[in-house]
Amino acid sequence: MIFNFIFGRRKKQRKHRASALADLQLGESAILGDMELALPVAEHLMNLGFVPGLEVTVARSSPGGDPRVYRVEGIEVAMRRDLSRHIHVELLGAPAFGD
Amino acid sequence: MTCHAVARPREEALGTSYRTIAVVGPPNSGKTTLFNRLTRLRQKVGNFPGVTVEHHTGYVRDSEGHEVALIDLPGVYSLTPKSEDEKVAVDVLTGQMPGTPHPDAVIVVLNSTNLHSHLVLAGRVIALGLPTLVLLNMADELRKQGGHVDVLSLARQLGTPVALVSATTGEGIVAVQNFLSSATASPEPLELPVVGSTRGYREWAVKVGTNAKYRRPATPVWTQRLDSIFLHRTWGAIIFGVVVVGVFQTIFAIGQPLSNLLQHFLDVSGSQIGNHLPQGMFSSLIVNGVWKGTGSVLVFLPQILLLFLVIGILEDSGYLSRAAVIADRTMSRVGLNGKSFIPLLSAYACAVPAIMATRTIESKRDRIATILIAPFMTCSARLPVYTMVIAAFLPNRPVLGVFLGTRALAMLGLYVLGFLMAVFTARLLKSSILKSKDAPFILEMPPYRWPTLVSLGLRLVDRGKAFLYRAGTVIMLVSLLLWAATNFPMHRGQPPAVQDSVVAWVGHAIEPAIRPLGFDWKIGVGLLTSIAAREVIIATLGTLNGIDPQSHAVDLQAALKHELTPAGAVALLVFFAFAMQCMSTVAVVRRETNGWKWPVLQFGYMTVVAYVAAFAAYNIVGHFIH
Repeated sequence: MIFNFIFGRRKKQRKHRASALADLQLGESAILGDMELALPVAEHLMNLGFVPGLEVTVARSSPGGDPRVYRVEGIEVAMRRDLSRHIHVELLGAPAFGD
Repeated sequence: MTCHAVARPREEALGTSYRTIAVVGPPNSGKTTLFNRLTRLRQKVGNFPGVTVEHHTGYVRDSEGHEVALIDLPGVYSLTPKSEDEKVAVDVLTGQMPGTPHPDAVIVVLNSTNLHSHLVLAGRVIALGLPTLVLLNMADELRKQGGHVDVLSLARQLGTPVALVSATTGEGIVAVQNFLSSATASPEPLELPVVGSTRGYREWAVKVGTNAKYRRPATPVWTQRLDSIFLHRTWGAIIFGVVVVGVFQTIFAIGQPLSNLLQHFLDVSGSQIGNHLPQGMFSSLIVNGVWKGTGSVLVFLPQILLLFLVIGILEDSGYLSRAAVIADRTMSRVGLNGKSFIPLLSAYACAVPAIMATRTIESKRDRIATILIAPFMTCSARLPVYTMVIAAFLPNRPVLGVFLGTRALAMLGLYVLGFLMAVFTARLLKSSILKSKDAPFILEMPPYRWPTLVSLGLRLVDRGKAFLYRAGTVIMLVSLLLWAATNFPMHRGQPPAVQDSVVAWVGHAIEPAIRPLGFDWKIGVGLLTSIAAREVIIATLGTLNGIDPQSHAVDLQAALKHELTPAGAVALLVFFAFAMQCMSTVAVVRRETNGWKWPVLQFGYMTVVAYVAAFAAYNIVGHFIH
């Protein structure tokens, strides 16, 4: 695509911090923890259903790998890595799949 | 113009029925579908004063035949007035919105497939103390996917009437009628737990839902299946490409010829009208002023309607959100998000429908930024101008065999030029006045649904009306002004030759200002008349040189070569690439942003950019070519 052609592809940045939503692999699930986000952003996410304590699954990924679609209680929300790496998660014992 | 929700005064004596009811609900709750089902075509569009938020007021009759105004509020998740949408919702619900009466009651529309999140809004609305009806929408989907909720229990807990409805099938809608007739019985809302935080409300909502035996439905299988294709690593990208080409082709290959056909029809009928009128100023005013003005408004309709048909299908089916996810990575490079992609793409055909299409962008700042950069995309009105100037000055020589000639290369260069300026401007805006640090990209993925004809049709009527009434008036006014400028002063009741008219005086007057760009007064007049539409400069230059541009295109090119140096020609192309000489775009930006602030800023910015760039081009190119 012309946009990608002009701007080139961004290098994948991989930070290893297993406790962030961004670090989960596609299909993996975890329990939502605290959000290191500005209050309005965190509240918006909670209004959508992203409430700490609920199970979250990495449902889909855009072809470029960012943003990704996350599922909580059947609700699917897309967000970028710059947001998901500020959302802490607690890993579940075994890989689980929602729905 | 503000839209008054209820024109007639409230009669306190009656006092037994609701007069104004606010409809509120989260995005993706099907609120608009429900609103459309209740009011059909009996709707008015308006803007609340001072904000870009648009609202619809519709009318229904209660059982006694009284007219009730329904105000469709913007989709909100909560009532903490943080965003513009939420502030509008709170102001209307508390009666603080100027020009809008305090609502007598509220209808809350929730998505029954996502009750735990959506009940939070119901809680906040009920806490306001107005008589409230809670509608659990999408009952059909809830049932089909194995969900369940005890409506009676919910009503008992909330202290308000609750109904399971489906806006698409019409199931349960009768509850609204019952609510309208129940006005006499003032319901006493039960006491809600005073919970301030979002988390507290959420816990309350889950408790209420659990008590009502709420069982969340499974995600529809089809949505899962389609997403595994549409968001597939390779297939997703390919399908996205096909959709994008399809959207572009629809407006370019279908909309453009339709517009041309309409234009031709209007021209022919215009001269027919002229034949039946006595020669003179009146005839000229009617044919060249009013009729041409009407024409320049109407020619946009086919493209606007087609684009909104396509976007309507994409949005209602749920694909638009997926497309935004796919395009987001690319758009994020310039500080925008994926939702800007389709509007910006449409701007390659015409900025007017493109700017109207930005309403799918939820983030206000991203929406304004997209509106501001859209006119830099090379629209189809620029093409005739580019073609004429390039053909006049650049001999066509092959560069890459038969595939690419010098002229095509120059054309491509102009596309890239406009695109780069758009990118530059977007970056500039997003790092200064339109920073969106606290409004990151968060997009809900609705399940896939079949778009309904009614919903698509109403959207077309709505957009068409909005454009004709609100932008059309400005376009009409400017057309009449331009007509007056080219037809005065009169000589013995006859309009003057263009070179003796007011517009020529202005052309002469601005000549010192455009001299540094290599333009003479004739080009100046062309720049002025092209405000009606960019390609009008060709007809103007034809008239000024006494050449018919249609039959003697080559002669006009020769005349142009006389008027401009090659450096001046480059400057003219650059000027056209950047300048916002298009009154329709200005009018539509004013309409979409509900004020003159943004269109004036945009016009000023683009004119300065065009002037400076054309000046630079003239001097740099003039340095090398003489």
